Amino acid sequence: MTDDFVKEEKKEYTTLNLGPTHPATHGIFQNILTMDGEIIVDAVPTIGYIHRAFEKLAERRPYNQITPITDRLNYCSSPINNMGWHMTVEKLIGCEIPKRAEYMRVIIMELSRIADHIVCDTVIAVDTGALTGFLYFFQMRELIYEIFEAICGSRLTTNIGRIGGMEREFPQEAWLKLDKFMIEFPKFHAEFGALVNRNRIFMDRTINCGPISADRALAYSFSGPNLRASGVDYDVRVAKPYSSYQDFDFNIPIGKAGDVYDRYMVRFDEMMESYKIIRQAIDKMPTGNFHADLPEFYLPPKEDVYNKMEALIYHFKIVMGETDVPKGEVYHSVEAGNGELGYYLISDGGRNPFRLHFRRPCFIFYQAYTEMIKGRMLSDAILTLSSLNVIAGELDA
Amino acid sequence: MTDQTILGEQLKSKFGDAFISETRDFDFSVYEFNKDDIKEVITYLKNKEGFIYLTTLCGAHFPDNDPSREFSMMYQLHNLVTNARIRLKAFMPKDDMNMKTIVDIFDAANWMEREAFDFYGFNFEGHPKMERILNMEEMNYHPLRKEYPLEDMGRDDKDDKFFGR
Repeated sequence: MTDDFVKEEKKEYTTLNLGPTHPATHGIFQNILTMDGEIIVDAVPTIGYIHRAFEKLAERRPYNQITPITDRLNYCSSPINNMGWHMTVEKLIGCEIPKRAEYMRVIIMELSRIADHIVCDTVIAVDTGALTGFLYFFQMRELIYEIFEAICGSRLTTNIGRIGGMEREFPQEAWLKLDKFMIEFPKFHAEFGALVNRNRIFMDRTINCGPISADRALAYSFSGPNLRASGVDYDVRVAKPYSSYQDFDFNIPIGKAGDVYDRYMVRFDEMMESYKIIRQAIDKMPTGNFHADLPEFYLPPKEDVYNKMEALIYHFKIVMGETDVPKGEVYHSVEAGNGELGYYLISDGGRNPFRLHFRRPCFIFYQAYTEMIKGRMLSDAILTLSSLNVIAGELDA
Repeated sequence: MTDQTILGEQLKSKFGDAFISETRDFDFSVYEFNKDDIKEVITYLKNKEGFIYLTTLCGAHFPDNDPSREFSMMYQLHNLVTNARIRLKAFMPKDDMNMKTIVDIFDAANWMEREAFDFYGFNFEGHPKMERILNMEEMNYHPLRKEYPLEDMGRDDKDDKFFGR
């Protein structure tokens, strides 16, 4: 019997279907793996399971109704997507946003970046077997969602802000919760770090797992924490500051090897940098209006709608989506949780975009996944996927 | 800004006939090229001018344009050292939507080109796997073209006499 096995020279590979719905892939990804024992020989990813045709939908929607679509791209940090879209339209119509609105946006964006990184980092820990940190650190994410709830009324798909600024001032409750967050977050962050960062099992499991070199990462147009983990310090917030990011003092953490541990550490350090930005934004919060004087896009106060003719007209036009914008082609990108989220908008001067293309970071760097897991173990593939933080909503748009 | 003007002059002298126009849209310099030469331009920009990062590429459909310029393909390149961003464009008629693939220059173009094929029907010659990516394979049309309206305009349950929709 054993002799027969030895003589058998022709190798037979196993085909393994990982996904589309598999608890370890955190989303709807299918990978058809060719396995040699537990080693992955080849992988064919299939995407598009939750494709919702956002680019087509956007061509029939007025500008303010596209914001809820962007919520559903990277749903772990929807406020950044919303703000990115608002800023794209603001660039097109050429309006100046008051400093106060920009600072408010920065606070919200950095909070959602922290929330996004909490999800990714804790899930990396869960995939290596450390559930405690996940349960513990998610309390901070919950607090961030409570702040969002106080600001805009919803938690996950926020539709936060408006074209031209914010929809209202932060309520008192939001400021109180933000203060609570500012006091508690460093403690939680440090404690989670103490639990996981130098943990022997975690380090053995993640170091040199799913690495990608800087050259390859650039060839695959990586962006965000995944690119920085490979050692390239490209951050849209610094390369092309938007929303007053030039006013703040922060570092860009970078890694070296581009493996799971580096990606984890970059995100872990970035959370503290985001916290520093929020601190500065709160301290330097300018006074002034929280939205630009932009009556064609910004809903007037309800009282005026009942009593003033102009306000009623604008209200009607905005709600019915009959606001025209100038012609032009504009590209604007923001540093989202996963990298450079870009909006390429062609306007023909009508009430809705002529063409809207989303530059989704997940869609672009998920291509490299096959290369990153080839010749590695199946369990490393799971870990690599969660460390890339591929979000199905953004991948499939 | 000045650097980009110089780049425009360089491209014009180097690619002569293929260079069609140069415009500026907001913060981007936009260069339009002949569609068959755009691969050479991208190769040149990557190897000689340091545009090593492909930000994005996508197609667009302009049914009201002149038939020879009905479809457009857009590439955005980024020079990470000088932090310069440019946009390259090519227009083409509906019956000749063949482009040369740039997968051998930028690996990232693989899925982006497949997406452009999926939604607009661009054909990228030399692409390793020119198949649909987000839509199902049985689909026999390219949904982002303008001839496919999103919603049936003839629906009478949504007829609105007053607001003209």
